[in-house]
Amino acid sequence: MTIVLMLVPITIVMGLIGLAAFWWTLKHGQYEDPAGDAERILLNDDDRPL
Amino acid sequence: MAVSAQPAQDMSAFVGDEEAGGGRVELLVKGARCAGCLGKIERGVKAMPGVGDARLNLTTGKLAVRYDDRRRADPAAVIRTLDGLGYASTLFDPKAALDQSDREGRELILCLAVAGFGAANAMMFTVPVWAGLFGQELGPGARILMYWLSALVATPCALYAGRPFFRSAWASLRRRRANMDVPISIGVLLTLAVSFSETLQHGRHAYFDAAVTLLFLLLIGRWLDHQLRLKAQGAARDLLMIQAPTAARLDEQDREHITPAAQIMPGDRLAVRAGDRIPVDAEVLEGRCDLDNALISGESAPVAVRPGDRVCAGALNLNGRLVLRATARSEDSTVAAIARLMELGAQSRSAYVRLADKAAAVYVPLVHTLALGTFLGGWMLGLSPREAILRAAAVLIVTCPCALGLAVPAVQITASGLLFRRGVLVKSGAALERLAEVDHVVLDKTGVVTEGRPRLVEGRDDLLPLAAALARASRHPLAMALAEAAGAGPAAADAVETPGMGVEGTVGGLPARIGRAAFVGHGATAGDGAELWFVRDGEAAVRFGFADTIRPEATSVILALRARGLQVELLSGDVETETARTARAVGVDAWRSGLTPQDKAAAVDALKAAGRKVLMIGDGLNDAAALAKAHCSMAPGTAVEASQNAADLVFCSGDLKAAPAAYDLARRARSRAMENFALSAAYNLIAAPAAMLGLVNPFVAAIAMSGSSLVVMLNALRLAWPQRTRT
Repeated sequence: MTIVLMLVPITIVMGLIGLAAFWWTLKHGQYEDPAGDAERILLNDDDRPL
Repeated sequence: MAVSAQPAQDMSAFVGDEEAGGGRVELLVKGARCAGCLGKIERGVKAMPGVGDARLNLTTGKLAVRYDDRRRADPAAVIRTLDGLGYASTLFDPKAALDQSDREGRELILCLAVAGFGAANAMMFTVPVWAGLFGQELGPGARILMYWLSALVATPCALYAGRPFFRSAWASLRRRRANMDVPISIGVLLTLAVSFSETLQHGRHAYFDAAVTLLFLLLIGRWLDHQLRLKAQGAARDLLMIQAPTAARLDEQDREHITPAAQIMPGDRLAVRAGDRIPVDAEVLEGRCDLDNALISGESAPVAVRPGDRVCAGALNLNGRLVLRATARSEDSTVAAIARLMELGAQSRSAYVRLADKAAAVYVPLVHTLALGTFLGGWMLGLSPREAILRAAAVLIVTCPCALGLAVPAVQITASGLLFRRGVLVKSGAALERLAEVDHVVLDKTGVVTEGRPRLVEGRDDLLPLAAALARASRHPLAMALAEAAGAGPAAADAVETPGMGVEGTVGGLPARIGRAAFVGHGATAGDGAELWFVRDGEAAVRFGFADTIRPEATSVILALRARGLQVELLSGDVETETARTARAVGVDAWRSGLTPQDKAAAVDALKAAGRKVLMIGDGLNDAAALAKAHCSMAPGTAVEASQNAADLVFCSGDLKAAPAAYDLARRARSRAMENFALSAAYNLIAAPAAMLGLVNPFVAAIAMSGSSLVVMLNALRLAWPQRTRT
């Protein structure tokens, strides 16, 4: 049972980290231009998102 | 209308403000497809003086150029640079670009993410319990612990992710109506409440995972519906933006300043070059030329204007430069009567009840009565109150309209995606539902059945090459049609055009003239169609007659519409002879000519009063009122702004075949949606009695709900399967 009590909080925190990461990507407009992002990886210049 | 860059023009009206004195210019770039284009455009624009950053969005085709100092922003230079790189571009009005932030979409996607997180994590605690339900080893203590843990995850997630539904349900209840969100909200809140009470009493019927999974599935449907609207509206707005009338405003020194038409004030002096549209209602100050009013009145023959004449917004300047004084602002330029009629039409349309809401009107009271009946019946038949409440709650939970909420949006997003690929923009899901109900088609003549462009139909073949030599010197549509009929050849070297009158020059060694009857010295005009007169020195004047070209696909499209059981009618603002000839050519018996915009709207009203559901297809300002009043409406991408705004569907391909294709797809979408309703009903017919008999446990509820949603989604996707084509 002890192992459950340890693992459960770890799982939930890991899930929350994933959720927060998604929120961050949303906030930074990473879904605005899927077609451009797919092509941009082929460019060689050091390109940073706006 | 693309803004072409000319050094003398000032385009600062297109520069938007950025933080700290910076400026921002947005352009729509055509033809950028790959990383090569992307790199070339961004590098090229960034290298320009004063440019801080340039970023091209390949998905939307929009290039955002940021300047550190607003005063150094130079839109014309950006257009020139792009032109040099080989890409055509159009400027965006900064005000219109601003209101594109999509707050609702972001809230939905965040709710969807939270619901997804909640569903996945609550499931982690629920699966061991499900195992316990089938007799495996799980002590009551462990089960309750699992329930508490899933409550800990699911409750906040459900309350957060459910907000869009709670809000909509509350708004609907306050208007004393019940939409689909009412049973959803009640279902979710009740599920949580019952689950808490069960957990506290150490019972078995806790549905925390179901509540949040339900929201997850429903949010997918809600988000799809939102994406559909956003994409279609964004595309429709971009389409208009490309054509958005810009105007060249003249200052005291007669310098041209390119300005969005919306910023023109009455009293401004404007210059309109040949080939441009008149941006606002105005009065002619200088210049004489011919105007093409086809988009305004539907009339195909050009009208000559001279200083002092009044001109309407939307008219095309065919030849010569005009200087105008604006008499109205852009939004007042649509004739007041048309605007009023359009508003009326839009109101009558908002009274349309969507399929899903119709289903909700039956479904909601039915389910709630059923749940109440279960509770009362169970209690009377000797169940304990707790068991009776649990069964009533189970009924509400399993009948929660999860599949029903997906039934329509899933179909409509598939359908409009298919249409989008064929160049047809659907403005809303409701438009597809209305299109499927149509039984009568009203077509406008000019620009819909015809191409809105004249063709030579009458004249002397032996003189054609001679006349064409003069005609090639002019951009007048009749002259261009004549030149086209004659094929390639030389133009008269000394040809001089008198705008609004005609062309004179030397052909075959003799001075000759082509143009209006009065210009060639011929007394009266013969017939009432579009015509040019040609005369050579010492010879009799010869008439060349023109008629509008009928679209090659028009006849087959009208046959196709008839084959689908639709009645077809032609309404035109043009003269009777032209309309009659067109109607005969495409095989339409029912036609009316010489109609004013009000007449057209009245004709649509009369059809509506006779119980017909009208599909109106039109492109001109004179059709806008009728478009707004019709049950469903379509406009080609070349139509005036008012008509595109009024239309439910816009076909960009310029191909009339889009009409039967869209109709077919709307019908198929409707049957898919109906099948989905039937599937949901079948599911409920099994699930509701099972819940009443107490056969539903949390595991069964979760499987049944996700299963029914999945079936509905897959059925919607069936729409994208290739179909046997019907012509």
